[in-house]
Amino acid sequence: MNLRKYLKVYKKFLHTSLASELEYKTNILVDLITAILSLVGSIFLLSIFFQNNGYIGGWKFEQALIIQAIYTILNGITNTWFNPNLTEIVKHIREGTLDFVLLKPIDSQFFISLKKINPSGFLEIMLGFLLLFFCIRINQINLNLSFLTLSFITIGCSICILYSLWFFISTTTVWFVKTWNAIEVLRSFLYIGRFPLNSFSFSLRIFFSVFIPIAFITTIPSEVFLGLSVFWKILLEVIVATVFLITSRKFWLFALKFYSSASS
Amino acid sequence: MVQNIIDVRNLSKSFDISSKEPGLKGTIKHFFKRQTKSLKVIKDINFEIKEGEIVGFLGANGAGKTTILKMLCGLIYPSEGSILVSGYLPFRRKENFLKNITLIMGQKQQLIWDLPPIESFYLNASIYDLDKFEAKKRIKKLSEMLEIDEELFIPVRKLSLGQRMKSELLAALIHEPNILFLDEPTLGLDINAQRNLRKFLQKYNRETNATICLTSHYMKDITSLCKRVICVHEGEISYDGKLDLLLKKLSPVKEILIVCRSEEDAIKLENSGFTVKNKMKNEITIKIENNSITSSLKTILNNFDIEDLFINEPPIDEVIGKVLIKKDYDF
Repeated sequence: MNLRKYLKVYKKFLHTSLASELEYKTNILVDLITAILSLVGSIFLLSIFFQNNGYIGGWKFEQALIIQAIYTILNGITNTWFNPNLTEIVKHIREGTLDFVLLKPIDSQFFISLKKINPSGFLEIMLGFLLLFFCIRINQINLNLSFLTLSFITIGCSICILYSLWFFISTTTVWFVKTWNAIEVLRSFLYIGRFPLNSFSFSLRIFFSVFIPIAFITTIPSEVFLGLSVFWKILLEVIVATVFLITSRKFWLFALKFYSSASS
Repeated sequence: MVQNIIDVRNLSKSFDISSKEPGLKGTIKHFFKRQTKSLKVIKDINFEIKEGEIVGFLGANGAGKTTILKMLCGLIYPSEGSILVSGYLPFRRKENFLKNITLIMGQKQQLIWDLPPIESFYLNASIYDLDKFEAKKRIKKLSEMLEIDEELFIPVRKLSLGQRMKSELLAALIHEPNILFLDEPTLGLDINAQRNLRKFLQKYNRETNATICLTSHYMKDITSLCKRVICVHEGEISYDGKLDLLLKKLSPVKEILIVCRSEEDAIKLENSGFTVKNKMKNEITIKIENNSITSSLKTILNNFDIEDLFINEPPIDEVIGKVLIKKDYDF
């Protein structure tokens, strides 16, 4: 793979999608206000849950805020990259414009996963990081190299798992054509990631760890921040992320063999 | 000797198609138990195309023209048989193969809707690994050939269909491909835009010796661009050869309207052994076989007092239409 070429193309992707989005100023403004209100609303909702005894599943409100911060960062990444690109896969396949992507001398997964960005998602990422720094202060977390490395690894793995799940569902469009509902279900499962895994019953914990690994996406990075993490869990998250990423890639290449293009 | 750039052997393609009965009952049945059947849309076809040729694929809607084109450019896997394009197996979509080809579809677009076409050109240039200087040079050359200038800087959504199609062409040709696959490129364009597009394609073919495979329902596209046509009927090739030969075979006679100086001459001509289509006062329409047209006209001009005459070619759409609806046409 020619890395220099891919960097050059990505720079062009950034440029063209920013220019496209900036054509509609009001839309960006509305998106920015929505991002702020959504975060305020989520924190308010979380505070209501903690009003009775101050603990849920053994987590204090200040600790649970870390999960909210990581969720906000991931949601920002979702809104910046996954939502504008991966929902387009369905459109590409239904309307047959995937033809243009497949006939370009560039990796098709790279192209359809990164072609667009939604700049308003950046604000959500920034707000998430601000909340995270606030949580680090109020929870008196000691910042050191191993902590930063582990945080980086676990958040990176969370992004990979989320991307793979979404990409996997979008890929099934090759056979089922319409998969909007499945993506909506995934997004609603993601909301669950705002709460500590321990706050759910045993069976739900198993479900959200094994079948739809939402638990890995927010809870494990949060445990790293609170010093509650155990080595095997981090290792498991790395393994799950790697398996998901490789599987989604293989699945895409397999699905393309069945792509029949739209009729003209 | 000119080499074959496309070689197709015993190519077949089948699709699984589901069918649904009408009404609510049919819809519910279709939802729970989908009836699918395998439909062979391309049936054991063979052909080759030489470098620099312009070949038109003719066929009714659903005949399989676009499926053939999509298999040639590697979008669809063939079910049986083999295809070699420029020495590559298309469906493997190797980088060097993709740098050699382009697909232009009249009804689909790749340009970024909200931005001027120039942004899409530079994006494509980076995908084809062209540096900025080279990209600029090619955009200038192609925009001159296509006669577009300020349109390059106007958002695509504000361009007319004709301007958009020219921009689509430029975006698709920036990497200077050797093989062009065009699927109804003039669809929806007005007469002038169609003519300009055809002129451009002729010029591009002349200057670069690029091979062009074209499907179109506009006969003018085919007659002005293609010397050779491949007629596809229900997934099979019903004719592969020169267009003028096909026209001669399909339409062996010409209609000649003769205006005689007097009605008596017209009556004499009517009884002179020619096949008469109709007669009105001093005007008579006769049918003459293509191979005897010169000698017949000579006889008429020498023996009758003729005021005027018109040779009518049958409309090409009508002639080609015959071959598109009949499978076993006797060539």
